Amino acid sequence: MTDMKSSPAGRSGAAAPAPDPASAAPGQTATTDPLGAAPALAGRRRSEMLYFALRNPKVILGLSVIVAFLLFGLLGPLFSEFGPRERNAGPLGAAPSSDFWLGTTWTGQDVFTQLAHGTRATFQVALMAAAISAFIGMTMGFVAGYRGGRLDEILMMITNIVLVLPVFVVVIVVTAYLGISNTATQALVIGLFNWTWVARAVRAQTLSLRARDFVDLARLSGVRTLSIIRREIAPNMASYLVMTFILLFAGAIVFAATLDFLNLGPRGGMSLGLMLQQANQQAAMSLGLWWWFVFPGAAITAITGSAYLTNVGLDEVFNPKLREM
Amino acid sequence: MSLHVDDLRVYYRTVHGDVQALDGVTFTVEDGEIMGVAGESGCGKTTLSKSLIRLDGRMRHIGGTVELDGSVLPLEDDRAMNRFRFTDVSIIPQYAMSAMNPIRKIGTMMRELLESRGVDFKQLRPELERRLELVGLSRDVLTMFPIELSGGMKQRTVMVLSTLLNPSLLIADEVTSALDVSTQRAVAETMAEFRDREFVTSLIFVTHDVSLVYQIADTIMVMYAGKLAEKAPADTLVKQPRHPYTQQLISSLPEVGVRYEEQQLAGIPGTPPGLLDPPGGCRFRARCPLAFDKCVEEPPFVEIEPGHSVACWKAM
Amino acid sequence: MGRYLGRKGLIYALTLFVAVTINWMLPRFMPGDPISDMVSRAGLRDPEAAARMQAYYENLFGLDVPIWQQYLNYWGSLFSWPPDLGISMWSFPRPVGDLVMGALPYTLALLIPAILLSWYVGNKLGALAARRKALDNTVLPVSYLLTATPYMWLAILLVWFGGMQLGWFPSSRAYSGNLVPEFSMSFIGSLALHWVLPFLSLFLVALGGWAIGMRNLVIYELESDYSNYLGALGAPPRLIRKYAFRNAMLPQITGLALQLGVVLTGNIVTEVVFNYPGLGLLLLNAITSTDFFLLQGIVLFVVIGVLICNFVIDIVYVWVDPRTRTGLQGASA
Repeated sequence: MTDMKSSPAGRSGAAAPAPDPASAAPGQTATTDPLGAAPALAGRRRSEMLYFALRNPKVILGLSVIVAFLLFGLLGPLFSEFGPRERNAGPLGAAPSSDFWLGTTWTGQDVFTQLAHGTRATFQVALMAAAISAFIGMTMGFVAGYRGGRLDEILMMITNIVLVLPVFVVVIVVTAYLGISNTATQALVIGLFNWTWVARAVRAQTLSLRARDFVDLARLSGVRTLSIIRREIAPNMASYLVMTFILLFAGAIVFAATLDFLNLGPRGGMSLGLMLQQANQQAAMSLGLWWWFVFPGAAITAITGSAYLTNVGLDEVFNPKLREM
Repeated sequence: MSLHVDDLRVYYRTVHGDVQALDGVTFTVEDGEIMGVAGESGCGKTTLSKSLIRLDGRMRHIGGTVELDGSVLPLEDDRAMNRFRFTDVSIIPQYAMSAMNPIRKIGTMMRELLESRGVDFKQLRPELERRLELVGLSRDVLTMFPIELSGGMKQRTVMVLSTLLNPSLLIADEVTSALDVSTQRAVAETMAEFRDREFVTSLIFVTHDVSLVYQIADTIMVMYAGKLAEKAPADTLVKQPRHPYTQQLISSLPEVGVRYEEQQLAGIPGTPPGLLDPPGGCRFRARCPLAFDKCVEEPPFVEIEPGHSVACWKAM
Repeated sequence: MGRYLGRKGLIYALTLFVAVTINWMLPRFMPGDPISDMVSRAGLRDPEAAARMQAYYENLFGLDVPIWQQYLNYWGSLFSWPPDLGISMWSFPRPVGDLVMGALPYTLALLIPAILLSWYVGNKLGALAARRKALDNTVLPVSYLLTATPYMWLAILLVWFGGMQLGWFPSSRAYSGNLVPEFSMSFIGSLALHWVLPFLSLFLVALGGWAIGMRNLVIYELESDYSNYLGALGAPPRLIRKYAFRNAMLPQITGLALQLGVVLTGNIVTEVVFNYPGLGLLLLNAITSTDFFLLQGIVLFVVIGVLICNFVIDIVYVWVDPRTRTGLQGASA
């Protein structure tokens, strides 16, 4: 899990996309790039990124698995005549068979149905939570890095406090008191606490971009701060932000599953973490009902693992140094 | 004994194909000579300096030979090159500010490096301290971490370390680009002094600043787009340049030794060609005011008078 | 150095302040009445006992004094010795402090070896992977697989496979039910056997992350300027790798602090799966029995523990990175 923090943030310099050549001062080729081909490369950059991304085997494999699970979550429930919590849908504790593809639980619930509904809920929570974390973290990072000064210090102090806090334990207390009624609340709680590394990384990126010529140029021509961030800085960090979002997504999946596993998740629904919780609580391991806990856990691992894989692939795409090796 | 480079070709391998960063370069550096190498960014001068000591991961030695003091350097064999590095050929890198391990005391780093090369550090230490003193550093720097030194101090420390084993060839790669003008001059003069004291036998001084290299160099070589454009004794090259590129390079500078505050520097219009798939013929012709029909053929690098070679049809 | 540690200290003090304040605020500002909620959930048959409990908690919350005084009193009770964390509801009438202290050794016995060993082995493995292509091709995918595995799933798999299928190790509790804690061979042996699977579960997941991190960092350091310079001066690869490894260790030490929370989370669910009587299981019991005092006591304890660990790591960092000592430039705070 170190990679979540150190990889995209640590190699920040290399991962930062080059500034748009069109806005750089004309005739200026002030690089120590030994290739001498840098301006030409940068011009083709954006379309090239997509080209390389779609050809990188890691990105292809990672995205395929994620999309496959997404489709399974969207369409899977349609293939099932049962409810996710419906007891006695089939025989009790039956192994996978042609009738019950992934077997049944100790109370006769259909594991396939649960898995499909659980995958759907997991995607919902993770995407919402990642969006919230991304919004908070990026805003904090942008503003702190761009404005600097006192505001930077205050925002970074807040970030560092939340960073040191054992977030999960705090979330446990908060949810124990307030309760989580639905996936949106859960996403909100996760999103509110899981943004610190994003803020720090985005701040570092913004600082390095702010010092570049094209941002100076925009500032000199009297463009407002917010639109500089939106028009000049954000697009130049786009690749980095995509990778950040993917990592947040993976992190949120595990976070949500862990909350669900402690029975602190939304009431009434079904999720991958809740499946594990029920399997564990009803002693599926000693009963030998492996299908009950192997599938949901494998699904979580496959989705998060694919997210990491996609990220490694994107890192190779966005970071030409890695690509050309 | 001297350096002979013969038709050296070093390409960068990329997914788009080979970048022909150094494409057939031939020259000689005599003992005791300081040769300046000048040119714009991306002309191949950094590739040249790296090629002579250590190819980086993406560089491929395509052809040609480098002979130093009678032995051919095994450029593409990183391990075999180790025997020559530091003792025969050494480098002051352009990143001198960050060239030292940040978490090791400088003296410890030097000891570990020298001992790994089979040198008795204890025996060398008095000489090391003498040379540090020569460049105005106290022996205390040896017990400090790099972060405790100023940029100039780090630069001088690296200069002393790189030349400590009296290499016959020293490459100074853009060592002055990060410094202010007065420090640049001091560094250049220190390099010349190192040659005079025979810490180094000969020196290749790579820079984009012709006016600086003119102050210390015996000869100057101008590169353009991976090839040699012109090589001549420093005085000749600056006062009677024959290649149109050299002429523009010289005229874009304030006259050497004179300060022309009011005169604007005329940059050279246009940019060098990409070296991924360079145009045939003379690579300068797209920017050349004198270009004519013949320039679609590649001009040979020929000696037009003793010690003065040019690659231009107009100069022959 | 003083400035660096001072800055860190300030962050920790503020963090503690925030954590304590959240802890204090939640029961007071949440909707509903947590006290009668707790008391009714305790399900005491005797109405008099229930009334006594209600009175005790109301007194404890000090609801009869102004709110700012309640807040100050709360801090006061924390700084008294032994700290007054209240009485547990789940295990009435034992003090929360006693319960936490009883569970702590088990948690530490899992966490400390798991964190330190996974860090050490992961770093070694990552450095080796950075060096050998063949090893890299196996270490890296396995590491990604491990780090993508949720702690509870690996724990469940270990219970099922190591505990049930193979039957090699017990997979529930910290020692056999027929033994009483004592200093004897049979007890210690039982303790050790019960420790293996939960430890493995924590160790393996954490291992992957460290290995990936170290591999990437070493590769990054091998491309750094000082590595290039050493290479240009003909230093043997051994020396260059040694320097790269030492430099790569620095972010890994900082990472240790950042990962504490993650491993702690893993520890909670692992204890739940293995029914291991540490703080994690205690926390779950507090949640399921809505024992807010126990819950808050554990949380405060964990927060303070994490802050102390952070501070220890900071001191180690100052010791290994000269840049923080010279005071010229602090590492990222």
